[in-house]
Amino acid sequence: MSVLTRPKGLSGAAGPAAPAGRAKRMRTWTPYAFLAPYLALFAVFMVLPIGFGFWTSLHEWDINLPAKPFVGLENYTDLFDPSSVDGGRFWTAMRATGVFTLFSVPLLIVLPLLAALLMNGRFRGRNLYRAVYFAPYVLGVAVVGFLWRFLLDGNIGLVNHYLGLEVQWTTDVPPAWVALIGVTVWWTLGLNAVIFLAGLQDIPRELYEAAMVDGASAWRRFRAVTLPGLRPVTVFVINATILASANMFGQSYLITAGAPADQTKTAIYLIAETGLRQFDMGTASAMSFILAAFLMAASALVFGAFRDRSRR
Amino acid sequence: MTRDTRGVRRALLHLVLAVVAALYLSPLVYMVSTSFKTREGAGSTDPQWIPDPFTADAYREILSSQDSPILTWFVNSLIAATGHAALVLVTAAPAAYALARLDFRGRTAIFTMVVATLFVPPVVLLIPNFLIVNELAWVDSLPAVIVPAAAGAFGVFFLRQFFLTLPEELEEAAELDGCNRWQIFTTVVLPLARPALVTLFLLAFLTNWNDFLWPIYVLLSPDSLTLPAGLGNFQGANNIRYDLLMAGAVIASLPVIALYLVAQRWVIEGISRSGLKG
Repeated sequence: MSVLTRPKGLSGAAGPAAPAGRAKRMRTWTPYAFLAPYLALFAVFMVLPIGFGFWTSLHEWDINLPAKPFVGLENYTDLFDPSSVDGGRFWTAMRATGVFTLFSVPLLIVLPLLAALLMNGRFRGRNLYRAVYFAPYVLGVAVVGFLWRFLLDGNIGLVNHYLGLEVQWTTDVPPAWVALIGVTVWWTLGLNAVIFLAGLQDIPRELYEAAMVDGASAWRRFRAVTLPGLRPVTVFVINATILASANMFGQSYLITAGAPADQTKTAIYLIAETGLRQFDMGTASAMSFILAAFLMAASALVFGAFRDRSRR
Repeated sequence: MTRDTRGVRRALLHLVLAVVAALYLSPLVYMVSTSFKTREGAGSTDPQWIPDPFTADAYREILSSQDSPILTWFVNSLIAATGHAALVLVTAAPAAYALARLDFRGRTAIFTMVVATLFVPPVVLLIPNFLIVNELAWVDSLPAVIVPAAAGAFGVFFLRQFFLTLPEELEEAAELDGCNRWQIFTTVVLPLARPALVTLFLLAFLTNWNDFLWPIYVLLSPDSLTLPAGLGNFQGANNIRYDLLMAGAVIASLPVIALYLVAQRWVIEGISRSGLKG
C-alpha cells in the first residue's frame, strides 16, 4: 500500500464543493449504479407515498372495500367543518398536539441549554454526567411509557408517594399534561443537551478571551458570544424539537391512552387510529396533510424569526 | 476570581450535577428493582427500593408465557434492527459516495431532492406506506419494519458529509494505480469511513429497536411482533401486572443499554454532530 504514504494534509484537500478528481476514467453509468439501490428504496417508500397519500386523501378509501370513490376535497372540507364528527375529533386532537408542543418545546430548549452550559467546563466526570443525562433517550418510548405509567399511577405510584399528593396523573387534565410533558423532558433532555454541548464547543475560545480582555461580565459574554455562536445549532434544535413534539404518540398512547375524553389524544394518534384501525384512510391522509402543513409553517416561522435577527 | 471561590463553585457544580444525575437515574433503578418483586410487592403502596422478598419469578413467568412470547419478540427485534441497520449501510454508503465524489448529470438535482425529504413531516408517509406494504404482502411480517424506513435521507446525508472530509489524494493515487471506482470505494474509502459507518449502524439499530408507532400497527399476530410492539399490547389491560411489565421493560432495555455502555461515545458524538454540519 505504498500509495497510502503520499504526503497527506495538503491544504485545500477537502474543498467540500469540489467533486471528482481530474482523471476521470469512469463509465457514464457508474454513478447511477452507486445510487440505484438507495434510489429504489427512496422512490418506493418516500416519493411514491407522498403522492399516493395525497391521492388517497381525495378518495373515500377503505382498504377492505373494493370501491374507493373519488370525492375530491370532501375529506378536507369535512375536517374543516368543526361540527362534523371527523372535524370535531380532528381539532380536539390538533389542540392536544398544539398544547403539548407549545409547553414542551420551550422546556426542551431552556433546560438542555442550561445542562449543556453546566457541562461545558473542563472538569472531571464531565463525560460521565453527559452519559447519564443522555441515557433515558436510548430507551424506547415503550419502556419509558410503561415505566412512567407505573411511577405516575394514582394509587401505587412513586410520584404521588414522594410528593404527598393524590393526583390522578393519567386520567385528569391538566395533571395529565404535566405528566406527559415531564416524562418527555426526562426522556429527551439529554438529546438536546448533547447537541447544544457540541455547539458550545465549536465556539472559538479566542472570542471569550477577547471579551474577557474587554472586561465583559459573564452575563455579557453569554449574551454577546455564547448565544450568537449557538444560533445555527439553536435553529436546528428548535425545529427538530417542534417536529418531535408535534409527532408525540407513544407517551399519550401508553400513559394516558388519550384520557380524559380524548383530550390528550394527539393528532398523529388520531391519524393512526383513523387510518390503521378504522381503515378510513382517505380521512386519515387528509388529516396528515393538514398536520404537515401546520408543521412546515412552524418550521418556516422559526427559520424566518432567526434570519431577521441576524440581519439586524 | 480567587482560587478559593473557584474551588467552591466547582464543588457546587459537582453537587448539582451529581444530585440531578442520581434523580435522573432513579426511575430506571426502580424499574429494575420492581422487576425482582413479587406480584404483591410490585402492587404495594409502600415504595420498596430493595425488593423483599427478592425473586426472579416475574422473569420466569413472562419468559414462559404463552400469550406473550417475549423471546420470540426479542429475536424478531434483533433480526429487524440488525437487518434494518445493515440495509441502511449497504444502500446509503454507495449513494452518499456518488453524491460526494462522482461527477454526473443530475447530481445536484438528486441531492437536492433527497435532502428536501428531510423536511417532509414523516406523518404524511404513515397511511400510504401502510398501503404500499400491504400491496407487497409485507403486513404482519418483518420486512415491513426493516425496509421502508431505510428510504430515509438521514444516512445518505450523514455519510456524504463524512466522505467530503476525507482527503482526495488517496483516491487519486488509487486511481493512478488502476483501480476502478468500485475498488476505490471498497478498498480506500470504506475503511477510512469506518467510524462514520459504525455510528450510522448504531443509530439505525437503536432507532429501529425502539420504534413503536409503526410496528404496533403493521405487525399483528403475537408471533410476528417486535419487543416494543409486544409490550404495547399490555396497554389497556385491566390490572396491569407491573412486576411482569417491568421485567419485560428490562429485557427490552438490555440490548440498547449494553450497546450504549460499549459505544456511548460514538452514539453521542454521532447524534450531537449529525445536525450541525448542514
